[in-house]
Amino acid sequence: MFSGAEIMVKCLQEEGVEIVFGYPGAVICPFFDELYKTDIQAVLVRQEQNAAHAASGYARALSRVGVCVATSGPGALNMITGIATAYMDSIPMVAITGQVKSDQLGRDVFQEADITGACESFVKHSYLVKHTADLPRIFKEAFHIAATGRPGPVLIDVPVDVQQGTVEDFVYPDKVNIIGYKPSVSGHPMQVKRALEILNQSERPVIVAGGGVLTSGAKLRFREFVKKTNIPVVSTMMGIGTMPSEDPLYVGMIGSHGKKAANKAIHDSDLIILCGARVGDRAVSAPDQLAETTTIIHIDIDPAEIGKNMKTNIPIVGDMKNVLNQMLQAVEYTAPEEWLRNIQEWKQTMAVPPKSFEGYVEPKSFLQKLSGMMRTKGILIADVGQNQIWCANNYRLSDGRFFTSGGMGTMGYSVPAAVGAKFARPNRDVVAVCGDGSFQMMFNELATIAQNHLNVKIIVMRNTVLGMVHELQDAFYGSRYAVTELEEKPDFQQIAAAYGIASACVSDNEEAERVAAEMLKSDQPFVLVCNVHPHTSSR
Amino acid sequence: MKYTLSVLVENHPGVLSKVSGLFSRRGFNIDSLAVGITEDSNISRITIVADGDEYVIEQLEKQLNKVIPVIKVRTFRQDEFISRELSLIKVNCPAKQRLDIMKIAELMEARIVDVSLNTMTLQFADTLERFETLIDLLKPYGIREIVRTGTVAIEKDSAVSRKQ
Repeated sequence: MFSGAEIMVKCLQEEGVEIVFGYPGAVICPFFDELYKTDIQAVLVRQEQNAAHAASGYARALSRVGVCVATSGPGALNMITGIATAYMDSIPMVAITGQVKSDQLGRDVFQEADITGACESFVKHSYLVKHTADLPRIFKEAFHIAATGRPGPVLIDVPVDVQQGTVEDFVYPDKVNIIGYKPSVSGHPMQVKRALEILNQSERPVIVAGGGVLTSGAKLRFREFVKKTNIPVVSTMMGIGTMPSEDPLYVGMIGSHGKKAANKAIHDSDLIILCGARVGDRAVSAPDQLAETTTIIHIDIDPAEIGKNMKTNIPIVGDMKNVLNQMLQAVEYTAPEEWLRNIQEWKQTMAVPPKSFEGYVEPKSFLQKLSGMMRTKGILIADVGQNQIWCANNYRLSDGRFFTSGGMGTMGYSVPAAVGAKFARPNRDVVAVCGDGSFQMMFNELATIAQNHLNVKIIVMRNTVLGMVHELQDAFYGSRYAVTELEEKPDFQQIAAAYGIASACVSDNEEAERVAAEMLKSDQPFVLVCNVHPHTSSR
Repeated sequence: MKYTLSVLVENHPGVLSKVSGLFSRRGFNIDSLAVGITEDSNISRITIVADGDEYVIEQLEKQLNKVIPVIKVRTFRQDEFISRELSLIKVNCPAKQRLDIMKIAELMEARIVDVSLNTMTLQFADTLERFETLIDLLKPYGIREIVRTGTVAIEKDSAVSRKQ
């Protein structure tokens, strides 16, 4: 005899889950109680949204499915923002929520919320479990769906009576059989051939590297392809890290917040190869215009992304790694020298030197310096706001990783995601960079960091305003700072101290660099507050 | 332009809301949606009539294909399918107009399913165009209520085999 809760835990064990991030409540108690009896670690976060972000950080750092758990009603609802954030960035995740008793469903009882309904547009798939006996199949399917094809979050909503119900046997299915779900793996050979033919005629090709390259685990293959063909690479925000920042062929991030040279490269190109990039509005502002002047090859595992935001000449549906393998086998092309020279020139002439303010930290050059201090394979997690743009354009990485909430732009992502990343990669440097706005959305997670002795470093860019909007107000709203002023309070050092976490507050780059170097040497968590001038621009 | 899509789905609870939610979320306009189980009781068919250009329909197909319980999506071409819609039409009908309306019903092959002192209810199962003709004919008498099922469609084998 096994209870539903026991079955759920056994399913997690079958899937090799070692850790879950969550927050308890009455109707998820049977599950947590069973989990308590096993080796699977349950990390208590301080708000459910952060459970999903932590699972996301974990999933990204290990390329495995992250698991987060919450109770019914408010617990599940709090988690939605985190689930939606993961959905937009194609993060493999299984979210488990407790639900009120099956026979009370639909009666608006205490802490009841239709979470499968509410999450419909933010999940790859969802289940409301009706029978205890269905649990093994549902868990098997959920992990399969979350991790394969274009990854994404899957929600399993389990009423408390289903957790308490019993079944005779536990058999975990070997395979899934979902008739309507068979993601394509390899690119169509004819399309690959056509793509290479078009490439051969190109004089000014550019590759746009998106998050899909990293998600597919194709980074090395991608670099090999670039090296062989000499095609310049720009990246989306999610694609940062596909190329080493210092590689001469890497131009930088594209888009409204990207590098001028990178935007110039795509606008002057005659061929764009989109690799696992969905052409979001922040990356390409006028895709239709661009599509008229250049040829587009779009490689993506999700056919729905091809042609959605930009017209495509050659669509290739398939896993990035496989398609790159197919292309590498046959490609015999080298980008013309002249095109490369132009790009090198733009890179140098179009770079904007950062402007510094006396008595403040200049974040862009600081982040450039920080890159060199972190050990190889370090993970930098940027929050959302100006700090995100500073990091995206200035943090330089070669073998490390850069995580951020790219699609949803969820403030408060960085620290909880860093918690997850640190659990995943305890031996790597994990640094979260946030603003004073985003920090105040999630500094409750300092408690999780302290409780678990996590060596997470947090850099707070404190400019006393909500910088991104502040900048927008300067540009478009006559510098009327409607609800964007944060005040100098609270004292973040006192907050860090309240959690028993060491901290420092710095007001110039030299000091910032010195403290950062020390901070990275220690094996303790640390909060580094950098005073930044409110008019430091994101560009 | 109107397109008719035929969508095979696994017959699970919640599937319809997953499919219909997609339309409002992605800003697609649909004229009708009809659901029913197929020859296999585990599988349902959703027939959708949607309005849009080629881009919209392509997106619609792709987004539908992403819904996990969706098994197959098919957009019918103009001459490839037979479509029908069932409707019940209640029309004003005092005794002196009964014969007129009965004639219209006979002409259009509609069935009279209910008659009262002041109304008559017709049952009509045909194409959208024929339905519109019937409504035009009945309008002068005063239509009280129309209930429609939405279009269902099936592939026309005769057209397919002719092509081969």
